[in-house]
Amino acid sequence: MGLSQSFFAERFGITEHDLERYLSEALSAGGEYADLYFEYLSTSSISMDEGIVKSATEGVTLGVGVRVIVGERTGYAYSDDLSPEKILKAAKVAACIARGPASVVKSGFEEAQGHNLYPMLRAPHEAGLLERVDLVKRADKSARDYDSRVFQVQASYADSLRHVLVATSEGRLSFDRQPMARMGINVLARESGGPPQTGHSGGGGRVTLDFFLNEKTPEHFAREAARQAIVQLGAVEAPAGEMTVVLGPGWPGILLHEAVGHGLEADFNRKGTSAFSGRVGQQVASPLCTVIDDGAIGSRRGSLNVDDEGVPTQQNILIENGILRGYLQDKLSSRLMRSQSTGSGRRESYQHIPMPRMTNTYMLAGESDPEEIVRSVPKGLYCTTFGGGQVDITSGNFVFAASESYLIENGRITRPVRGATLIGNGPEALKYVSMVGSDLLLDEGIGVCGKEGQHVPVGVGVPTVKLDKITVGGTAA
Amino acid sequence: MTDLEKIASGAVRQALDGGASDAECTISEGEEFSAGVRMREIETLKEAGSRAAGIRVLSGKRTGSSYTSDLSPEGISQMVRAALELLTITSEDPEAGLPDPKDLGQVSTDLRLYDDAIARMEPDWKIAQAKCAEDAALNTDPRIENSEGASFDSYLGNRVFANSRGFTGSYRTSSCSLAVSPVAKQNGSMERDYWYSSARAASGLETPEYVGRQAAERAVRRLNPRKVATQKAPIVFEPRTARSLLDDLFGAVSGSAIYRHASFLVDKLGERIASENLTIVDDATIPGLFGSSPFDDEGVQTRRTVVIERGVLRSYLLNTYSARKLGLKTTGNASRGITGNAGVGPGNLFIEAGSTPPEKIIAGIRNGLFVTTLIGATANTVTGDFSSGAAGLWIENGELAYPVSEITIAGNLMQMLMDLEQIGSDLEFRGSIASPTLLIREMTVSGH
Repeated sequence: MGLSQSFFAERFGITEHDLERYLSEALSAGGEYADLYFEYLSTSSISMDEGIVKSATEGVTLGVGVRVIVGERTGYAYSDDLSPEKILKAAKVAACIARGPASVVKSGFEEAQGHNLYPMLRAPHEAGLLERVDLVKRADKSARDYDSRVFQVQASYADSLRHVLVATSEGRLSFDRQPMARMGINVLARESGGPPQTGHSGGGGRVTLDFFLNEKTPEHFAREAARQAIVQLGAVEAPAGEMTVVLGPGWPGILLHEAVGHGLEADFNRKGTSAFSGRVGQQVASPLCTVIDDGAIGSRRGSLNVDDEGVPTQQNILIENGILRGYLQDKLSSRLMRSQSTGSGRRESYQHIPMPRMTNTYMLAGESDPEEIVRSVPKGLYCTTFGGGQVDITSGNFVFAASESYLIENGRITRPVRGATLIGNGPEALKYVSMVGSDLLLDEGIGVCGKEGQHVPVGVGVPTVKLDKITVGGTAA
Repeated sequence: MTDLEKIASGAVRQALDGGASDAECTISEGEEFSAGVRMREIETLKEAGSRAAGIRVLSGKRTGSSYTSDLSPEGISQMVRAALELLTITSEDPEAGLPDPKDLGQVSTDLRLYDDAIARMEPDWKIAQAKCAEDAALNTDPRIENSEGASFDSYLGNRVFANSRGFTGSYRTSSCSLAVSPVAKQNGSMERDYWYSSARAASGLETPEYVGRQAAERAVRRLNPRKVATQKAPIVFEPRTARSLLDDLFGAVSGSAIYRHASFLVDKLGERIASENLTIVDDATIPGLFGSSPFDDEGVQTRRTVVIERGVLRSYLLNTYSARKLGLKTTGNASRGITGNAGVGPGNLFIEAGSTPPEKIIAGIRNGLFVTTLIGATANTVTGDFSSGAAGLWIENGELAYPVSEITIAGNLMQMLMDLEQIGSDLEFRGSIASPTLLIREMTVSGH
C-alpha cells in the first residue's frame, strides 16, 4: 500500500524521509542494525458480573520503540510521543549501545510482502456499543440457563485493533493492522449447601465482533464454562504418581508449548542454556510426533501477517517424526547463529525488545482412532482442559495444570477428578507418546504466553495423544 | 498542585461538566532503566519514560472508564468523552460509587518511597553492578560454566489521583534491583537458579558479590537431582516459596472473591481457620517497603489490618465496593492499573515471624522436602485445592541430603493452614508479600 497510504502517514504525517532520519540517528554511534516499531493500539472491553453490566472501558496507547544492534548487544529506547524531537531523542539513547563512527543507512525503502490472514469486514469501532452488551448478556443468560446449580457468572468481551509500522536500517518497511477479540466466561456452581466449584471458558482470535455472531456464539462458550463447573461438583481426589495419561484434542496442546516450544526458542539455544541446545538432528520425541509452529494460519490468535520485526510469518517444523529439526529465530539470534529469521520475532508492545516466540504450536494428526486410544488404557487419566503451564528451560522440567480430567479404568472414562498439575521433562516426555489420534484440533483462542515479563497471544493444538508415562500431581497417594 | 495533579483534577472537572455525577482520575508516569550483561559483556541497555492517564466516571449508579497515553489537552478531552459515552451501556449497580468522604485521606508521615540517589545513579555504575554480580557468580564454583546473565534495573515513578469528592494526591516512588541467573553444569546435568535483591532506596540493595554468590550456590546445589517416590511427607517452604503460598491465600481473603462466594473463607470471620501460631498482617504504612503507599487507588488512607490473628480470621481485605457488598468498611486495599473499577490488592502482606531459626526447623525432620522452587503453582481459591511442580532438597535425618526435581506437591489450602506446624524467625521483605520459612506437617509429594 505504500507509506503514504499507511495509518501512521495519514494520522501523524510520517514520511520516508523522517524514517531515514530516525534510523540514521540510531546508527550514529556505529550500530550495525536499527529498527523502528510504531504502534497505535485501541482497546475496548465490557464485563458482566452478578447479572449486571458492571464495567465498560475504552482506551488508546501509542508510541515508538527504537532498537539498535551491534554484535550481541542491543540498545533500546521508546517514546509515547511521536513528535520528531522525541523520536530523535529515543534514537540517540538507543544509539549509545555502540561506540564508533556512524554507520550509513540504506536510502529508500522496500515494502515487505506480508500475508492477509485477518481481513476485517467491520473494524472494531464500527460495531455499536449495544452489540457488545448483547454478547455478554447472551453469555450470562446461557450459563445460568444451563443448570440451576449455576449461581455466579462473569462474562466479558474485549477487542482491540493494533496498527503497526516497522522500518529497518536494511531498507525494509512493513505495515499491519491486527484485530483481536476474545470472550471469557467464569462460572460458579454448587449443590444446595455444598462448596462451590468453578468453570472457565473463552475464545476468539484475530477476528472482530462478527465472529461471535456468526461462528462461535456466546452461548457456545457459556455452556462450556457451566458444563465444566457442573462436572467438578462430582469430582474426586486426583491421583498422584507416574501413570498413563491421555490428552484430549485442542487446548491440551499446551503440553507442546511448555515441553518443547520454549526450549526451541533460538535465544536460549544460542546461549547454550536450553535443555535442547545442540540437539538438532537428534531424537527428542517418539517417531509419531511432528510438531509445527505456524504464525500464518488465518484468523488464529497466535497469527501475524508480519512478525514484530517486520518479517512475514511462516510454518516452521520444530520436530519431524520425533527428530529435532530447528529453532524459532528472530533477527538477533539468526544474525549471530548465521541462520534466517523464521518470522518468530515478537514483542508485547513498543516498550519491549523483540525476542523469539511461538505463534500457533501444534502436533500433526496421527492415525489412531481417539476412542481406541482411551480403550487401550487399563488405568490412567484422561485430561481435556488445562489452565496454565510453565517450564524451566535449562533443566527442561515443565508443568501444565489440568482443570478437567477423568479417571480411565479398564479402557473406559469414569469419574471426574479435581485439578492437578502434571510434570515432565521436555526432551524426554514426548518419547513416551505411544498413540496419536486423527482428530487434530486447535484451541478456542485464549492463550497468553509470558516470557521475561512480556505477554503475547498464542495458540496451541493437539490431537488426542497417549503418553505412556508422566507424573500427575494429585493428592490421592 | 503539580502539573500532573492539575491535569487529573482538570479531567475530573471536565467529566462533571459533561454530565457525570462523580469522577476519579489516575495518572501514572515512569522512567525505566535496564542494563543486562551476559558472560561479562553488556547485552542490553534500555532507557525510556512513559505516561498514561485513566478516568472513571459515574452517573448515579452507572460507571464508564477510559484511558490514554496522550496527555495533551485534546487527548484528555477525548478520554473523558469516551468514558461518558460508556455510561449509556452499563447497568445500575446499587453499590457502585466513590468512597465515603470521611474515608478519603493520606498517611501524613514520610513513607520513604522515593530515594533521590536512584535518580542520580550513573548508567556506567549500574552496568558495573550487574557485571560484578555475574562475575561473582561465575567465580563461585567451576561448575558455573554459563549464565543467562545479570541485570540492574531502576525505576522512578509518580502516581497521581484526583476525584470529585475533593481528593487530590500524588506520590513518587523509586526502586532498583539487581538479579543474576547462572547456569551450572556437571556430568550432563544442567541447572539454573537465580538470586535478586531489590529496594526502594539505593542503600537497600545486597552487594553484587552476595547476590552473585547466592545465585551460584543455589544453581550448583541443584545439580544431578533425583526424583523421589510418591508419598505423604512434611514440607518446608523457604521464604522464596512460602511467599507464593501467601499470595494464593491473599486471593482467598480478598473482598472481591468473598462477595462472589468464590473463596473457601466465605462466612469464616471470627472462626479459627489456621494453626494457632499463624498471624497474618497487611500493612501499607511501613516506611520504605514495596507495598507501602499513602493512599490506596481510590484515595482512601492506607492502614494496618490484622487478617489472621493466632489462627483466627479477623478481617478480609477490602476496597469500597466489596466492603459495601459485604456490609463492612473498606480496609484501604483498592487497587487498579490506571482505570476501571478498582479491584483489591495487598499493601505489605506478611506472616509474622516465629521464633525458630530455619536450620532448626530442618533439623527436626526425619524425612521430608525442603522446597526452593515452585513451578506453575495452581491454587484454586474457591475450593482451596493446591498443586504445583517443585524442586528442592530432600531432608534426611534433619539434614539437607540431595537435590530433587520433576516432582509435584499437592494439598488443600484449608488443611495446609491447619497443618502449619512451625514458622521460622527469618522474615524479610523482598516485595509486597513476605513470609518466613514455613513447615507444613504433611502434603502429597508425587514422583515416580
